[in-house]
Amino acid sequence: MARLALEPRETNSIIAPIQVAALALVMTLIGGAVLFAIYGVSPLRGLHAVFVEPLLTTYGIGEVLLKMAPLLLIAQGLAIGFRAQVWNIGAEGQLILGAIAASALAIWFDGTGSPLLLPAMIVAGMLAGMAWAGIAAFLRTQFNANEILVTFMLTSVALQLLYYLVTGPMKDPMGFNFPQSISFGQSALFPTIIDGTRANASLYLGLVATAVAVIFVRYSFASYKLSVGGLAPGAAFYAGFSSKRAIWIALLVSGGAAGLAGVGEVAGPLGQLQRNISPGYGYAGIIVAVLGGLNPIGILFASAIMALVYVGGDFALLSVGVPDAVTGILQGILLISYLACSLLLTMRLRLVREAPV
Amino acid sequence: MADPILNISGVTKIYGRTVANDAVDFQVETGQIHAVLGENGAGKSTLMKVIYGVVKPDAGTVSWQGETVDIASPAEARRLGIGMVFQHFSLFETLTVTENISLAVEGSKAELTARIRSASERFGLEVEPDARVHALTVGERQRIEILRCILQEPKLIILDEPTSVLPPQGIAKLFETLKTLAAEGIAVVFISHKLDEIRALCDTATIMRGGRVVGVVNPAEETSKSLTQMMIGQEIAEFGTRAPATASREILRVEGLDHVPEDPYAPRLSGLELSLRSGEILGIAGVSGNGQGALMRVLAGEIPTPPDTVILQGEAIGATGPEARRRKGLHFIPEERLGRGAVPGHSLAENVGLTTFHSGLLSSGFLNLRKRRARAAETIEKMDVRCSGPDAAAQSLSGGNLQKFIVSREMALSPQVLIAEQPTWGVDVGAAAAIRQRLLDLRAQGVAVLIVSEELEELMEICDRIQVMFRGRLSPAVAAGQTDIDHIGLAMAGDFDELEATHG
Repeated sequence: MARLALEPRETNSIIAPIQVAALALVMTLIGGAVLFAIYGVSPLRGLHAVFVEPLLTTYGIGEVLLKMAPLLLIAQGLAIGFRAQVWNIGAEGQLILGAIAASALAIWFDGTGSPLLLPAMIVAGMLAGMAWAGIAAFLRTQFNANEILVTFMLTSVALQLLYYLVTGPMKDPMGFNFPQSISFGQSALFPTIIDGTRANASLYLGLVATAVAVIFVRYSFASYKLSVGGLAPGAAFYAGFSSKRAIWIALLVSGGAAGLAGVGEVAGPLGQLQRNISPGYGYAGIIVAVLGGLNPIGILFASAIMALVYVGGDFALLSVGVPDAVTGILQGILLISYLACSLLLTMRLRLVREAPV
Repeated sequence: MADPILNISGVTKIYGRTVANDAVDFQVETGQIHAVLGENGAGKSTLMKVIYGVVKPDAGTVSWQGETVDIASPAEARRLGIGMVFQHFSLFETLTVTENISLAVEGSKAELTARIRSASERFGLEVEPDARVHALTVGERQRIEILRCILQEPKLIILDEPTSVLPPQGIAKLFETLKTLAAEGIAVVFISHKLDEIRALCDTATIMRGGRVVGVVNPAEETSKSLTQMMIGQEIAEFGTRAPATASREILRVEGLDHVPEDPYAPRLSGLELSLRSGEILGIAGVSGNGQGALMRVLAGEIPTPPDTVILQGEAIGATGPEARRRKGLHFIPEERLGRGAVPGHSLAENVGLTTFHSGLLSSGFLNLRKRRARAAETIEKMDVRCSGPDAAAQSLSGGNLQKFIVSREMALSPQVLIAEQPTWGVDVGAAAAIRQRLLDLRAQGVAVLIVSEELEELMEICDRIQVMFRGRLSPAVAAGQTDIDHIGLAMAGDFDELEATHG
């Protein structure tokens, strides 16, 4: 007689997170097939449209890279905080603030053509994202206000601020009262990196963030302290690591990264400040961070997969005629599958042969 | 010989690769007080779980009153007449004693109250039926658990390390109760690893090691040494003869320390005084929950106090944090190993950095991973920690081995003061002996050592001086050689005068 037994892993496996992510992906494909069958579309055709079609053309690949840039930035930042159990749920709001700050510079210095304009926008966007997240850090460290609620609610505040600005102070005076700013000049835009696509240099920011995160997580003392605080607050207390400092670092880093992502949107595909600047990148970034196992390299792959699902959803809308809600459903299946499988990160399955009783 | 009421033969239970019980035979007779003795991980708990229906054995038979039975659940066990008192109580703190018992025993409240009163009188289990549990001491709570068991009219009661939470006088009382129970024809299975208790109380002892029964003996005819040898299968090293503490200087001083804890049920610390000298071991005795935890946090620097209440080598450090205190040579070993002394999910290499990073494991904010790993390997080797190496996760180690790792880590930086909270609690005999020996070695090197322990014998054995903590107050220190367990025991119940008398 044989049965499967769960037992704890003795050492932290390097392969396990990859296995878990792969398993989650397979479960998502199965879930997707069922979903397409429900819509009356051949599952194979549907999956082909979502997961393969975008990769067949240069344009498709460019779109994937375009969507990957903000997801990568946001997820790398969030993962630093999540590892310390500091839950910044408001990357969407920090992204908006980053976009607003960068746009303010682009509008103010419009027409100067200064080569310093884009770098200045990048710095301003990052600082604005950090400041917005910093509010949550301040409230948490001073008054023990839950950062999940504060960051989440600040996102609503950020949206209202954005609506006010694009219909008021930052509205294009020649724009026929449309709620949007002027179109930015060339010096306020990221250059595209592949001809014939919209993929732009903001992706490099994400890749640099990834490289920094790899080094930070593996070698820095600050990251070690964050991880101790996250896994065992009692041990951090015993060692004498400051939890307030961990909260500040976690929120400032993730807020700054989300702010950068906001710059990438207004100085990238949008080219102006408008009411809709993000299709929920701030929330999808949470999924990417978790799916990547909070590991910088894992997040690199996870952001590519999530970007593919975003673009593939659009492609499926056109080629097989399913509603664009499919994107959200697939993202949800992916996250839930991952969470369900994540038990295997610390436990392993083993086939046990039992002596007959 | 009477037929055994419980007869277990050939029981085997395997968890993954661990054989928790290997063809275990175990017999208990009516009216017997039967000890089950063994180190942590010897298979005692698994065997008890089999008897109480929590775990189903992979092989073997259980027979009860001569009939083979399949005990599928604790409810089934209780129906057969098997009761169990766990080490960790399961009582609702907001309910009264009677209400708690009524959850397990049928009958109206008035009826139950009467039954509780008569049973508590008969078995010496004093407890007020209308009292709410949160206001009761640990000893009283244990009595409720035992009463709840007795009122279900069991024929066999299992007690899992019942004395570990009691002061010495409470233990004497519990023993009388157990003897009364046995005289009434109830079989008692008593789990412990305190040998003198077992020799004083039990008629028979079944000794387990590595999942097997290695002997069934009459403990009164054995010595503590012979029992220990059977338990651990080897001779434990005798402690080196101890030189008397030489003229030494004061290293750590606590003066007029008051502290009001956040937890309203925890005792306030008031007017604590202590003086710790180099080359001595000072013990703090007392039943846990009398403020020892808060005192430890204060000494370690986790709870800041006015600077001049804690003085380390002439320097007022009351407001200094744990990290800075470690740099000044004050190291602390906390009671909880997983989650405080070590990060459960981190490897041993990562855990070695928790308290020693300032000693060359760090350069300009970056970790030296190679050096940290080497340090972990040294730490493991120095205390003979059984594990798969520096990459083993802390949570994969047994309690005793993890404690050895933590002790080894805190000793590596040659501390001037070492403070240890329950250093051998829940640790097997071999590891406990090794840890005590290390503490004595430190003392010989002139380190000032402070130990908080509930185990009086441990304190009497290794300490030079002892202070007793009771409800947030600390008794004056007495030389360990000038007092005895009875006087310390009285002080643990709040009577400091007796202790001072012996000192004077």
